[in-house]
Amino acid sequence: MAQDDNTAQGDNDIPLMQKILDNHFLLLFLGVTIPAVLYTVWGIVDIMSIPLAK
Amino acid sequence: MSETTYRICPRSGMQFDTKAEKLMRWNAVAGVLALLVGGIMALGVILTRWPSVKLLDAETFYLVLTAHGVDMLLVWIIFFEMAVLYFTSSTLLRCRLATPGWAWVQFWLMAIGAVIGNVAILSGNSSVMFTSYAPMQASHWFYLGIILFAVGALIGCFVFMGTLVVAQRDKTYEGSIPLVTFGALTACIIAIFTLLQGAAILVPTWLWSLGVVKEIDALAYRMMWWGLGHSSQQINVAAHVAVWYLIAGVVLGAKPLSEKVSRMAYFMYILFLQLASAHHLLSDPGMSSEWKVLNTSYFMYFAVMASMIHGFTVPGAIEAAQRKKGFTNGMFEWLRKAPWGNPVFSGMFISLVSFGFIGGITGVVLGTEQLNMLMHNTFYVPGHFHATVVSGTTLAFMSLTYLLIPILFKREIAFPKMAQAQPFVFGGSMAVLTVVMMGAGTLGVSRRHWDMAFSGAPFQYEWPGAAYLMMGMTGFFGVLACIGGAMFLIVTVGSLLIGKKLDDGQISATCTPHPKGSVSDRATAHGDAEHVAVPGTVALAMLLLATFVLYYFVNWKYLSEVWGLS
Ligand code: HEM
Repeated sequence: MAQDDNTAQGDNDIPLMQKILDNHFLLLFLGVTIPAVLYTVWGIVDIMSIPLAK
Repeated sequence: MSETTYRICPRSGMQFDTKAEKLMRWNAVAGVLALLVGGIMALGVILTRWPSVKLLDAETFYLVLTAHGVDMLLVWIIFFEMAVLYFTSSTLLRCRLATPGWAWVQFWLMAIGAVIGNVAILSGNSSVMFTSYAPMQASHWFYLGIILFAVGALIGCFVFMGTLVVAQRDKTYEGSIPLVTFGALTACIIAIFTLLQGAAILVPTWLWSLGVVKEIDALAYRMMWWGLGHSSQQINVAAHVAVWYLIAGVVLGAKPLSEKVSRMAYFMYILFLQLASAHHLLSDPGMSSEWKVLNTSYFMYFAVMASMIHGFTVPGAIEAAQRKKGFTNGMFEWLRKAPWGNPVFSGMFISLVSFGFIGGITGVVLGTEQLNMLMHNTFYVPGHFHATVVSGTTLAFMSLTYLLIPILFKREIAFPKMAQAQPFVFGGSMAVLTVVMMGAGTLGVSRRHWDMAFSGAPFQYEWPGAAYLMMGMTGFFGVLACIGGAMFLIVTVGSLLIGKKLDDGQISATCTPHPKGSVSDRATAHGDAEHVAVPGTVALAMLLLATFVLYYFVNWKYLSEVWGLS
């Protein structure tokens, strides 16, 4: 996030949350995996477990 | 590969990679063309749903409704979003666009896909409407068109991600990417999930239309399709919220109340927003209650909370900026003295208020499992989403267009008076239109129904007079909204064709820092608004909460009357 002073921050000074938010590919991974598991995969499991009419 | 050159806009200080700039223009123009086609179709839809006009016969109505949905929701919005992605990455980060060649592949795939899809619809054998639910089958060209369009958009998303890598490697920004770009990143991530989900269902459906796959399960189709259909609306939300921040920053120099909190709100979008897709299946048997409740209640509410944060912080930022300028009298001087004559601002603010008050509140009501049963598949549903994708996204994109005509298209706005009036005509009529559509829906009027009177049917249904009144008002305000849309097209096309040509600015071979105080500096500024109290925004937020509570209560009461338990 914004650096109030212009001095370069060492990697250790950057808060963890900021590191996460600055890692764009980690965000991409989370943004695709979470809905894929909670919505899509779980949804497919639900549909597959509907018993067939006999 | 030829060298990258940058044009520095003398009016804004923005620095455009000349290759990226051309792509932004082409994508935006293609989007506006789709808006024209979709708008003509809107007129056909509205004049048919107006009970005393009933313009089109049933078959043509469904054809026109399919074209309206596809051209508006897919073609207009996603083309424009591609322009937004390239702008927020390459221009705001002042770096070259990664792989402009691939970006052209994006453009042409989307353009070809849109043409194929439209020809399939207009030829009359693909009137399956926007959702194209299996087992209803369209021509295989329809699915192919949408698949090509989606693949193109996916390529555009990766060009955006690549451009972030270029900017990071070339160190064109310090610390984190600007908030507006972070919003676009959120939109891009949601888009990638959406498009992958779309491919997973549309490719088998295309093969089914070709006879290669034997059958498509109707419920599986709906579940998979809504991962595309609803998540694509979340791309819009993330993108138009980014546009709100951008415009508030550029026009008023506003900074978010807390940049950290705004970023966290976007993060909540990334994690939870797509899960709201499940609310389209609330009335479907087959999906478990756990799946429905967890996705639409617990998780969706995190995303709703994020929207409430943005909905509070954007007007709060505007209020803080206005108060700093001395508009401190009473609760609302900051709002009264806002630049209402500037369509960039007025459009953005009307978009924000309509989205929050009309789209947001009704969205939460629709997303509640029990209340959903009252409105499922009624006219309430298009009423709700016109408050989000039209009043919210489309109006925000229109405002951005007004900002970009002088900067990106290097033209003065033609017909400035018409431009000033346009957000009020379009936003005002759309606000009434959405409310009366939802009113009619609450009384049971169906969506996608050519003739609510069921003329010629053996059994008649006696609608209350109010239902016809609401549908008449739908017709009237719908036509007014089409006029508002036409005004936008006249201003934009007029500006490009006859608007006074403005100075191009210098071309340079290197990137330079944002000039202090320039538009580009304000668009990318970091940090929070200087701490001032924002009582006006707090009052607006309380009004929203009170409206929500009241409306929620009224709907539960209504539900209890529909299904008496005693
Ligand atoms: C210019 C003003 C507009 C008017 C008057 C208008 C009117 C309507 C009406 C009355 C319906 C419902 C038809 C029915 O269910 O029987 C509808 C459907 C729809 N509209 Fe609009 N609309 C407008 C602009 C837009 C825009 C800008 C978008 C997207 C950004 C949009 C997206 C849609 C979609 C996706 C549907 C659903 C189609 C379907 O059911 O398959 N509309 N429109």
